[in-house]
Amino acid sequence: MTDLTDSFPTTAIDIAWNVRNNIVRATEVVERHLAEIERREDDIHAFNLVLADEARERAAEIDDAVSVGRDVGPLAGVPIALKDNMCTRGIPTTCSSKILDGWRPPYDATVVTKLREAGAIVIGKTNLDEFAMGSSTENSAFGPTRNPHDTTRVPGGSSGGSAAAVAAGFAALSLGSDTGGSIRQPAALCGVVGVKPTYGAVSRYGLIAFASSLDQIGPFSTTVADASLLLESISGHDPLDSTSIRQGSLDITRQLDFGVAGLRVGRITDLPEGASSDVVERLEQAFDALRDAGAEIVDVEVPAFTYGLTAYYLIAPAEASSNLARYDGVRFGNRVEAPDTNAMYTATRTDGFGAEVKRRIMLGTYALSAGYYDAYYGRALKVRQRIADDFARAYERADVLLTPASPTVAFHLGDKTSDPMSMYLCDTYTIPSNLTGEPAMSVPFGTGDDGLPVGVQVLAPALQEAMMFRTAAVLEQRVPR
Amino acid sequence: MSDRITPEAVAKVAKLARLSLSDDELLHATHQLSDMLDHFADIDALDLDGVTPMTHPTPIANVMREDIEMDCLDRDEVLAAAPAAEDGRFRVPPIIGLDD
Repeated sequence: MTDLTDSFPTTAIDIAWNVRNNIVRATEVVERHLAEIERREDDIHAFNLVLADEARERAAEIDDAVSVGRDVGPLAGVPIALKDNMCTRGIPTTCSSKILDGWRPPYDATVVTKLREAGAIVIGKTNLDEFAMGSSTENSAFGPTRNPHDTTRVPGGSSGGSAAAVAAGFAALSLGSDTGGSIRQPAALCGVVGVKPTYGAVSRYGLIAFASSLDQIGPFSTTVADASLLLESISGHDPLDSTSIRQGSLDITRQLDFGVAGLRVGRITDLPEGASSDVVERLEQAFDALRDAGAEIVDVEVPAFTYGLTAYYLIAPAEASSNLARYDGVRFGNRVEAPDTNAMYTATRTDGFGAEVKRRIMLGTYALSAGYYDAYYGRALKVRQRIADDFARAYERADVLLTPASPTVAFHLGDKTSDPMSMYLCDTYTIPSNLTGEPAMSVPFGTGDDGLPVGVQVLAPALQEAMMFRTAAVLEQRVPR
Repeated sequence: MSDRITPEAVAKVAKLARLSLSDDELLHATHQLSDMLDHFADIDALDLDGVTPMTHPTPIANVMREDIEMDCLDRDEVLAAAPAAEDGRFRVPPIIGLDD
């Protein structure tokens, strides 16, 4: 373990160990992270809100508790950033939308409660594509986030602020939400670890809904072990979320160093094309690394993989059009006054939503409307089942699968904003796991064009997070230099 | 661009979604939605007869709990976050007596 005499701890595991053992004070941990925010946040804009005073107060409480010998939790003193679509009681929660600007939720999301119980310190709320709709964090009502590796480039999205916050050292950990790749793609572009857990493994209570059958909260971190610790801390059954799986928290860390000897790692032979050559090269090296570590590489087919994008961009907007009907200027958020309620609804929504959110609401409303329901939404649901069936067959032959996380390294701001379809294609490799509800994670694996980070995606069957993390841990140890 | 969706259909969808579009926005949205629907035509050729629609990743039906009293959100705190409230209720403009 790290101690003060060589260098200050930076990973969540090291910070918590040092704080719990009274070697490092939580207040100093917080001050160092706030200083880093002070130094670079103007260039990066990872946060919608930095909670400096609250973080300092919380750190002082933890230091006091340590000094009297109380157990302060597995994440004691660890600064964590929250995507700004997770409700924090009394603290503004905006979804990076004008329609919720200034809203203070009357309750905490379950993950926020769990983090507090684990001793973590919420240091800020991070920027996102409005209502998590986007792949670059450029669709924010409060301006884009920039990639810490190159501030002329995007951090990915929609959890771009959370990915950038960890990559820039503003927080040791962060939480994002992943509906079609919104954790894994920005993790890949920012060179950090990002995990979408099994659907239902982490409570969605207090996560502002985008597409309810696809949304899942998950961790960002700099190491695989940190992601494991965070995921264990936030997972487990929650009676406040009716889709929450009835089991305890995930058990991952104990198996983290079990290795991959004998593990069957699947290569999808009919994967959709579109990944750039630098990304493909790293993926091949990842297969080699796992083979060298004792894994067996097997070829599998997932023929319906290629239809994931279409199924997703019909299902997710359909669910969103229903979920976002609640923003009507009545119960929360902002209102544009008008003489009657119908005019008020329309004026409020027209003023409050950005272009991409409106586009998806209209697409979803269309896909669900009379005369088109069977042709679009109904068929998309059948394709979704076909994809799940294909993955189930693949997992008869393989324990985990490997694909790119993002087709390319980070692109420049503005590159894809005028053509929605080009932006949607960023999610080609991440979408299927949301449709099936299965876990997947992006782990940094070297660099590609222009020296920018490349992420390799590990996919696993439902609730097989431990196997997925074991694979990621081996890749982490064998990163190409 | 294709003619998969007409400006009239987009206008109807916008009305259903309680969104107001200018003439320019309507044409732009029609163009973009047509492009997307073109791309999404890749599933048209699939034979999906007999496939059960998958609405949800987990086989969860109704989730029940014991009918016991529990804490709920504080009314004043909820109303304080609303655009307008009066006498412990959400306040809205008139619902009836005006056209549409």
